[in-house]
Amino acid sequence: MDHELDVQGNVNRRSFLKCALASGAALGVGEFPASLAAAPLPGGAQKQDDAQFTVEAKFYQKLQNKKVKCKLCPRECTVGDRERGYCGVRENRGGTYYSLVHSRVCAAHVDPVEKKPLFHYLPGTVAFSLATAGCNVNCKFCQNWDISQSRPEQVPADFIPPRRVAELAKQYGCPTIAYTYSEPVVFSEFLMDAADAGHAAGIRSIVVSNGYMQQESLKAAYGKMDAVKIDLKSFTESYYKDVVTGQLKPVLDSLVTLRKMDKWTEIVYLVVPTLNDDDAGFQGLARWIKTNLGLDVPLHFTQFHPEYLLKNLPITPVPTLERAKAIADSEGLHYVYIGNVPGHPAQNTYCPKCHKMLVERVGFTASKNLIRKDSCPFCQHPIPGIWHT
Amino acid sequence: MLPQTDSNRGVYPQRRSAMSAKRSASRRDFLKECFSGAALLRASGTMGLLAPVQQAALPAKSKVVIARDELLRGTGSTVDSRRMLSLLDRAMQTLFDRDHAIEAWSKLVRPGETVGLKVNTLGGRGLSSNLQLVEAICERLQEAGTKAGDIVVWDRDSNELEHSGFHLSTGASGVQCFGTDRVDYEPELVTHGSVGSRLSRILTQRCNVLINVPVLKDHDGAGVTIAMKNMYGVIHNPNKYHPNGCNPYIADLNMLPEIRSRMRLTICDATTAQYEGGPAFKPEYSWRHNALIVSQDPVALDYTGWQIIERKRAEKGLKTLQAEGRAPHYIATAADAGHQLGTNDPSRITVAEA
Repeated sequence: MDHELDVQGNVNRRSFLKCALASGAALGVGEFPASLAAAPLPGGAQKQDDAQFTVEAKFYQKLQNKKVKCKLCPRECTVGDRERGYCGVRENRGGTYYSLVHSRVCAAHVDPVEKKPLFHYLPGTVAFSLATAGCNVNCKFCQNWDISQSRPEQVPADFIPPRRVAELAKQYGCPTIAYTYSEPVVFSEFLMDAADAGHAAGIRSIVVSNGYMQQESLKAAYGKMDAVKIDLKSFTESYYKDVVTGQLKPVLDSLVTLRKMDKWTEIVYLVVPTLNDDDAGFQGLARWIKTNLGLDVPLHFTQFHPEYLLKNLPITPVPTLERAKAIADSEGLHYVYIGNVPGHPAQNTYCPKCHKMLVERVGFTASKNLIRKDSCPFCQHPIPGIWHT
Repeated sequence: MLPQTDSNRGVYPQRRSAMSAKRSASRRDFLKECFSGAALLRASGTMGLLAPVQQAALPAKSKVVIARDELLRGTGSTVDSRRMLSLLDRAMQTLFDRDHAIEAWSKLVRPGETVGLKVNTLGGRGLSSNLQLVEAICERLQEAGTKAGDIVVWDRDSNELEHSGFHLSTGASGVQCFGTDRVDYEPELVTHGSVGSRLSRILTQRCNVLINVPVLKDHDGAGVTIAMKNMYGVIHNPNKYHPNGCNPYIADLNMLPEIRSRMRLTICDATTAQYEGGPAFKPEYSWRHNALIVSQDPVALDYTGWQIIERKRAEKGLKTLQAEGRAPHYIATAADAGHQLGTNDPSRITVAEA
């Protein structure tokens, strides 16, 4: 077996680290790692035993003529026999809908939680981060398109069942399992089972997601999460239609629902030059967050780098990000960050009352965390988040 | 999908799926190895190259040949190889206005060119590109001067090829037969309009010439799947291109230079066709049409095939695809000024019966 992760039994630490570091994303090294491309195998994808990854989907409806309607995301694909949904990882076989990616891990990594980014959730810890192939949208800027826009059989993967995921997380000193990289919506069944296994072993779960889900599946799947990071890709439907191939409204609904569910939630907004970088959009976004989620939800404006189908646009200028932050600050949001800009002071957490720095971040590492008893040590103002294990 | 933050993850080492080293010793062996049906071997044609091979430039009027043989299966259910070869010959001779089939093939493919036969095997044994038809094409290609080893019969997945009755073969000398899963897709994306995809390495690295061998059938999304939709089997992410009746995705995909520059001919297998419930095989909605539909204009061919399916639907008392809300609008898109892949104007299509 030439897999880097010895997932069947004993952990091969050397192999795992080799796997984790092969990408160039050495832990604690590199402020902004080079973008990764999980290069396709020139000799052809490995043969995988599909049966071990295949479970009946949880969210779908059977229709006539062996068709099914997927109820996982708002797309509601109607899928004929022998066909797959838009995500490419769910297949109708004779009128029964199956997920093909349960325990089918195509990427695994030990990451700082700050890299998700979650800034108010266990800073300074690492998360056992994993993904399967597939995604329910098709963002033109996707940095992980080689796995998110591929079918599972096109991507090398290992069988890592939920209990093994929890074991590995524990073994590598990770207090959390992170479902990330591609789009966890499409591997909800696996995510739910892994979260249960993790909780049984004392490991929490966090998800990095586009939030493009139906309400019922959101409640069921992300109800098992301890923290959620949602990529709010724009504040206009046209951008969602043209750049994301999705819809804005269901994502906003997801954010409100997560808030009602009392899930710790942070929002990332990738600022793409000329496409979603106008003042009105920033202001509309900030006002919506203030009205619907409150002032304490962290908002990260992150820098775009040319990727995938948007290689013709430049890197987001830092002043644009600073303008976005200034607008959100002026609307009263308490925790507005700038991401993907190494060394920028807006990576740190400041007390909204006394304005003293509380968490200092260097790269993806929280180098200093002064928060005590969930409060500012200088003025005792409560700082929302989960600050300590 | 995530924004560009949490982008790094472990990458597994590259692994190769070793292709079989099995070699086919001869044309005769190839036919035994690649296909389950009996094969008819003929003496190789000695016909020279009569005219320079021309790219499938669109003439003022597009020709679509429909060749039928009611006795294609004799009294049984299996297509008769001899009759299939004869049917293919009639179709090719009619399309290219030649007295002999080899002349027609010689107009299409030069010796030394590598030829890919893109079959469709989604429908399993019931509704995939017919084995006897593929045998016949391979035979005529060889007689026209193409070496067996320069022919590859392919689809996206080797398992689906096998389930449809094809025998995988990767030997150097015989006709090749395998799926893209054996060689993977190109790492780089190619784009046109709404489409951004990785192409099968079989297309990009094994074929100078593409002969499309689709099946005539209904499709629950696109309306019909015939010639142009069969190119979904060339890319790594077909699932992304099913919304909105696959429109404009099918047309955009067929515009990719890597596809368009190789495409010489479509030989649509309508021996068994399906008018409802596709693309999976539904025996209750399929019928034995015992025909081939051949054209160098994929748009005209799709339009013609669509009309055949509509006629069968009417005969069966079913609504039109338009009435069902799934008319194949992609055909008009493929013909529009932005694509010009062919014509969907019936007044510019000559349908010739052979």
